[in-house]
Amino acid sequence: MKSPKFLLPAAAAGVLALTLSACGGGGGTTGGGGGGDAEQGLDGRGPITYVQGKDNSNVVRPLVEKWNAAHPNEKVTFKEQTDQADQQHDDLVQNYQAKNANYDVASVDVVWTAEFAAKGWLQPLKDKMAVDTAGMLAPTVEAGSYKGTLYAAPVSSDGGILYYRKDLVPTAPTTWAEMMEMCSIAKANNIGCYSGQYKQYEGLTVNASEAINSFGGSVLDKDGKPSLNTPEAKEGLENLVKAFADGNIPKEAITYQEEESRRAFQDGNLLFHRNWPYVYNLATTEGSSKVKDVLGMTALPGKDGPGASSLGGHSAAISVYSKNKATAHDFVKFLVEEEQQKFFATQGSLAPVLGDLYEDKELVAKLPYLPVLKTSIENAVPRPVTPFYPAVTQAIQENSYAALKGEKSVEQALSDMQKSIETAGAGS
Amino acid sequence: MATELGPTPVKSPASGGTPVHHGPKGVGEDNKILSQGKWASWLLAPTVIALAMVIVYPIISAIVMSFQKDAGLDPVTGLFTAGGPAGVQNYVNWIAQQCAAPGGGTVACPPGTLGAQFWSATATTFLFTVITVTFETILGFWMAMIMARTFKGRSLVRAAVLVPWAIPTAVTAQLWLFIFAFEGIANNLFNASILWTGSEWPAKWAVIIADTWKTTPFMALLILAGLQMIPAEVYEAAKVDGATAWQRFRLITLPLVKPALMVAVLFRTLDALRMFDLPYILTGGANNTTTLSILVINQIRQGFNAAAALSTITFIIIFIVAFIFVRFLGANVVEQSGATGKGKK
Amino acid sequence: MSTGTALRAEQDRGRKASQNREKWAQGRTYISAAVILIWCLAPAYWMVVTAFREVGFTYDTSLLPTHVTLDNFITAFDTSFGNRFGQALINSIFIGVTVTVISLLIGVFAAYALARLNFRFKYLVLGFILGASMFPGVALITPLFQLFTNIGWMGTYQALIIPNISFVLPLTVYTMTSFFREMPWELEESARVDGCTQGQAFRKVIMPLAAPAIFTTAILAFISSWNEFLIASQLSSDATQPVTVAIASFAGAQPNQIPYTAIMAAGTIVTIPLVILVLVFQRKIVAGLTAGAVK
Repeated sequence: MKSPKFLLPAAAAGVLALTLSACGGGGGTTGGGGGGDAEQGLDGRGPITYVQGKDNSNVVRPLVEKWNAAHPNEKVTFKEQTDQADQQHDDLVQNYQAKNANYDVASVDVVWTAEFAAKGWLQPLKDKMAVDTAGMLAPTVEAGSYKGTLYAAPVSSDGGILYYRKDLVPTAPTTWAEMMEMCSIAKANNIGCYSGQYKQYEGLTVNASEAINSFGGSVLDKDGKPSLNTPEAKEGLENLVKAFADGNIPKEAITYQEEESRRAFQDGNLLFHRNWPYVYNLATTEGSSKVKDVLGMTALPGKDGPGASSLGGHSAAISVYSKNKATAHDFVKFLVEEEQQKFFATQGSLAPVLGDLYEDKELVAKLPYLPVLKTSIENAVPRPVTPFYPAVTQAIQENSYAALKGEKSVEQALSDMQKSIETAGAGS
Repeated sequence: MATELGPTPVKSPASGGTPVHHGPKGVGEDNKILSQGKWASWLLAPTVIALAMVIVYPIISAIVMSFQKDAGLDPVTGLFTAGGPAGVQNYVNWIAQQCAAPGGGTVACPPGTLGAQFWSATATTFLFTVITVTFETILGFWMAMIMARTFKGRSLVRAAVLVPWAIPTAVTAQLWLFIFAFEGIANNLFNASILWTGSEWPAKWAVIIADTWKTTPFMALLILAGLQMIPAEVYEAAKVDGATAWQRFRLITLPLVKPALMVAVLFRTLDALRMFDLPYILTGGANNTTTLSILVINQIRQGFNAAAALSTITFIIIFIVAFIFVRFLGANVVEQSGATGKGKK
Repeated sequence: MSTGTALRAEQDRGRKASQNREKWAQGRTYISAAVILIWCLAPAYWMVVTAFREVGFTYDTSLLPTHVTLDNFITAFDTSFGNRFGQALINSIFIGVTVTVISLLIGVFAAYALARLNFRFKYLVLGFILGASMFPGVALITPLFQLFTNIGWMGTYQALIIPNISFVLPLTVYTMTSFFREMPWELEESARVDGCTQGQAFRKVIMPLAAPAIFTTAILAFISSWNEFLIASQLSSDATQPVTVAIASFAGAQPNQIPYTAIMAAGTIVTIPLVILVLVFQRKIVAGLTAGAVK
């Protein structure tokens, strides 16, 4: 019996499927914004669920307890996702697609807001559902908005900081050119000069966008169309490529994510280091850190002054499928109140979104990086706000990676990015 | 994994299963098939139902969705709207590497889109499959031969072989990422400065090494079970006849272990063709380590219907490979060896 | 007499030569065994060493344990910050055992039918079963999610157990079919002549002989369900999540910090008992089954 005819049924399944075109979920997602459907539940009150990624430092749980104590009839249940951003994203998508009414309020990464809003999954935070954003740092509000409407209330923010070795660098550089000049100090001390994160992953989008934005370029224009074929974008990306080529960024940085680069800096192998605020806490306390007492912090260097950091952070969004939107709305407002914001900062090292808190003496004493971070966030540019973010970040990562490795010229990389992003948005 | 068997019945290596009735069929023969058929349907029903519910239903629904366009953006409202029927466009787009053009129609996918990666991902997937399955088969066979011997400390070896496979993949991938970091233990130990995850061939080797390490035990265990089914008497008889070790391996071990071996190789191949977590965590798909499954999951985030088409294409590719396996390499578990006299040579 | 001594000397020489050969073969076995041990255990050793390191020294590369601490193991089981590792361990064992038992049971049925019975559409069934392991698993999640949402199974144990059964069934059925083909079924028939029913004959004669195969299949089924992550990460709830998901939920004390040491500790915790369990079971089960076979 040599005949593999037993494989046929598998093929038959395919044929069968062709004749079954009526079943299955049909065409995926549909935009369902507005309409009577969304109106429903705006006044609904009752128990809700708050969904967020892993609560690293136990901030959410005490806050939820506090809320529940004050609202016994509108209790919040905390649903914790994994610690991995991709999985948090996929989990939210699955539940929104299934119109799960239990995902009332979700913590949404700044880069997902546009996608979720365009899919019609998020309740616009306007009119009855408005959230006061007056005291918030402007870029965080921008990152929570899509087409001029706020869809997710900023809860925590994040921005890049330039860490440096106080013992070796007399005055912190403010421009990229200054920093590159100081690389001679690194050479004299036989250490690497500068590094951010350049492995092909989301962090590369962060770093490449910073390079481009800091020199006046931008990935997308105001209408959401790619605008990468500009001299500014070229100059920005070229800075990184050049630094790689002449060794100012050590070659191993091409494998770095946040943790690998932090380690290199903490081991004393880097003069300058771009990373998030969390490095401050670890580099000053970890036993293995060799930079404990010589850690300097400043804003990212730009063309003529502070550079444009990419914005990180999370916002709270209300699902259109929620039945208790009034409670959800109150809970979102509760999260952005000053008291809670302070708690996020002290307990969880999460950067607040309220500008005033960055000058709060008590907070600054605890988190000395706050003034620098404020500059960083004020100058920050949200990563491209687009419903096609997954395709856009893919285009940026792949092409800038090739450019950094010298496999592609900067022009070619930017023009490929431009074309890739154009095709992503063209599919309608 | 079992230790010594009890008294093993002697069995001639040439006869596999029962003699199957292949003679001229009488009426009674037909009845027998019929009654056996009834039995068989009862015995097979649970398996078929379980598979139908959790695998066939999703496959069919994915195939149906693959003929739908992904949602497009309405430029006025900024909201996504359902894409409508796509015909075979999703399939054509992948195979011809065409992407939607800004002005309508399609253009060749520029580098940086998922569409541009289809053929390279296919090549990478096959490269990984061929190399890892080959390594795993050879290593696994060797390990199984050693474990089948009697020596002090055999249990220790058997336990050790289980370890790589018993560590959850989620941990394994992190462990290898940690080991292959630039300042990690691999470079440190061999005093090297290889950019394991940062350049093409080292990245590929990192994935291959990690995968081989992780799944060789699967091979070894299956082959070991096959070895243990061979009665010791057969070897003794061959020894008496003066067969050399190589002859014993080639004429007894290999043919007798072949059914188990082929099942192991077949399933490893099907798994390797769907490889996902190791390259995803180690390299994120950079440096030409994007496999078809990585492409599928990246595409799911950009639009499920196109991803469903890609999954179906992957399914067909794997189907063809399995077909070749069964047709030409004899990975046929129910081969009627006894009666037709072919199969075990 | 003299011929006798000569013969004995000849035999002695022969025995010595064969003893030498034996020794040499034994030596080679030990060398091979050592190589296998190193290959399999070296990376695992690094996992264990890291598991015992202080978080602050995560990236230390000294080969021997340094900055030794038990903190990571304590952290892994600490429930105060919402980790559910202990509960997840129980879930994983429960899911794994259920999957193994059920898939083995129905797999044995199917394999028996495929190997022993003669019926139409056999190849159709075989193709169907194999076809189930050809679709990229990552693409099954979305349809399954919708299916389970519709029937209200989200977050339940059966939503994790049933997909796992389907994932291991093709392998289970194929492995056991291939082994069943190799069984000496004459014995079953002679047992039936002795008055056993077909079921008895199968249980008392064939099963013990198939023990290594069944046991191997059981290990394969258990470990693949133990390792399953993708489906579980989206279909489980806090109460039903298995260890793989719990480990993915481990977070560093700071955002962005990867808790390598805790992950490695968790890896150590879930691996070592599993291996010991398999060893113990292997002896017990196989000893029991073969003892039965001797009558």
